[in-house]
Amino acid sequence: MQSGSNVFLEGLRQFAPEAVPGWALMLTAAGIGVAIVMGLVSVNAIFSVWLERKVSGHIQCRYGPMYVGWHGWLQSIADGVKLLLKEDMIPAGADRAMFMLAPALVLASILGAMAAFPLMPDVFFADLDLGLFAILAFSSLTTIGVVMAGWASNSKWTIFGAMREAAQVVAYEIPLGVALLVPVMVAGTFNLREASALQSGMWGMDWFVMPWNNPFVLPAAVLFLVAALAETKRAPFDLPEAESELVAGFMTEYSGIRWSFFFMEEYAAMFLMSAVGAVFFFGGFESPLTALAARLVEDPRLIVPAAEGGMRLNLGSLPYQLAAGTTLLLKTFAGIFLMMWLRWTLPRIRIDQVMTMGYKYLTPLALLCVLGAGIWEAIRHSWLR
Amino acid sequence: MKAPSTIFYALLGLGSLAGLALGLASAGTHGLLFALFTILVVGGSLMCVFEPSVVRSAFCLVGTFGGTAGLFLLLGADFLAMSQLLIYVGGILALLLFGVMLTPPDLSERRLPRVLGGLAAVGVIVAFFVGKVAGVARWVQTPQLKAPVSRTEEIGVGFLAANEYMIAFELAAVVLTVALVAAVYIARRRKEDLTENEDRPSEPFAAQVSQVSQAHAESH
Repeated sequence: MQSGSNVFLEGLRQFAPEAVPGWALMLTAAGIGVAIVMGLVSVNAIFSVWLERKVSGHIQCRYGPMYVGWHGWLQSIADGVKLLLKEDMIPAGADRAMFMLAPALVLASILGAMAAFPLMPDVFFADLDLGLFAILAFSSLTTIGVVMAGWASNSKWTIFGAMREAAQVVAYEIPLGVALLVPVMVAGTFNLREASALQSGMWGMDWFVMPWNNPFVLPAAVLFLVAALAETKRAPFDLPEAESELVAGFMTEYSGIRWSFFFMEEYAAMFLMSAVGAVFFFGGFESPLTALAARLVEDPRLIVPAAEGGMRLNLGSLPYQLAAGTTLLLKTFAGIFLMMWLRWTLPRIRIDQVMTMGYKYLTPLALLCVLGAGIWEAIRHSWLR
Repeated sequence: MKAPSTIFYALLGLGSLAGLALGLASAGTHGLLFALFTILVVGGSLMCVFEPSVVRSAFCLVGTFGGTAGLFLLLGADFLAMSQLLIYVGGILALLLFGVMLTPPDLSERRLPRVLGGLAAVGVIVAFFVGKVAGVARWVQTPQLKAPVSRTEEIGVGFLAANEYMIAFELAAVVLTVALVAAVYIARRRKEDLTENEDRPSEPFAAQVSQVSQAHAESH
């Protein structure tokens, strides 16, 4: 399953005493990975909520949160503490077990999807050969959690929200996956790190979306953006939680920390979708900054074969790794900003329009892109070489 | 109704704990993971069968399908595992839930006491089985048994480059497309149907949902 060596495991191997058994090391490395992913998801939620409030504020000619900390940067943390201390309410008519399980399932599936996301070229949790496929597979599980929440709450708003979620996500999973097939065809791999490394030419600007690689990637990127908005339940596709019609949709009955799990999932899904878009369309780790850093360091690999056998950490590569990680993070947040911008600009569309768009327009267009990209790649590989 | 389900879940939990401990003791991480996924599959299926509520039963299949994906992962079949998750849990189960929720529940059908006799026995058997399998199975951690790394390219080449599967693959795709188009054609509302139904409006969706949720509330 793993094609690279995991930096957490290698680091532990280097410093742990000989007596520690292998399975304990593996479990510890997995624990560290889980802790980092969970930290990433929560910090991302805290930062993104603040960012969303500032972005929406500035779009509507106000300031957004201003009182707690400099420009309100502590506001989300204060909100988080409030949510933690809130009373945990479970409605009397609810299905208790499923009501409690649903937020956990939603969060667990997005954590599973996060495992395939590389932080830096050599710092990753699971370097899956099927990285992109795994992300899509795990994030499709969140639908089940949302439907579970809607059903278990035993309220009309939540049932409607859950039904809409199920219909919408099933409809948009197809164009999302098909649009992603286009850059995958150009890259020839599902692996996020390999796909990113393939775009390192021309001082880190040889992105898949550039027309000289394949002209069909750019329309596929637009289709991907629309489908990703629907997949992450963001406006104009936020029908599962449409505040003005369904109170809060599938999470109407939730409060406190369970409610915040849904928010953490939503922002983690946004993060993941933007990251996938950044890696498969917009160069991933590669940018002029990364290219410069790669030329400055001696060896860009973080784990190198040691002279006496085995592996050792190469800390001299840290500038490159950090530059690459920062690049991907910046690209990801550019994507998140775009999603927020669209949310505060476009009105919500009706459910039948959502369905029409998904099945009648996005899916055929995505298939056309795949066909065109396939023909282009066939010509490039057979005639031009 | 409360007591038998408590016994059932207690037995299931005990069996799971025993299985996990035996798995870890006999084969380290591999045994632990195998025990975990087996518990998900077996426990999910049992809960699916014995749950009185149809919707809960459907949700229990998450464990079954997810556990199967995990077992595939342990065997080194990544692609199969991820396809299992994407297609069965993300697609088929979502549609199944959609269908089950639109069906008014008939709660008298599946009372737990009716299967009470089988419950305790099955719980004990699960505990025994999980423990036995995890404890007895030989985990030979040699390179021969190490799962082959299935690269995506190899799977694609295996599917499409070998001519013998090519025709079967394409034929399946054509049959599926025909079935899809035909299903849409049959389910489509014709103009004459619309005029016919005007004097007899079907029950609105909201009314159906309220019926379902009332029945749901009464069951508690």
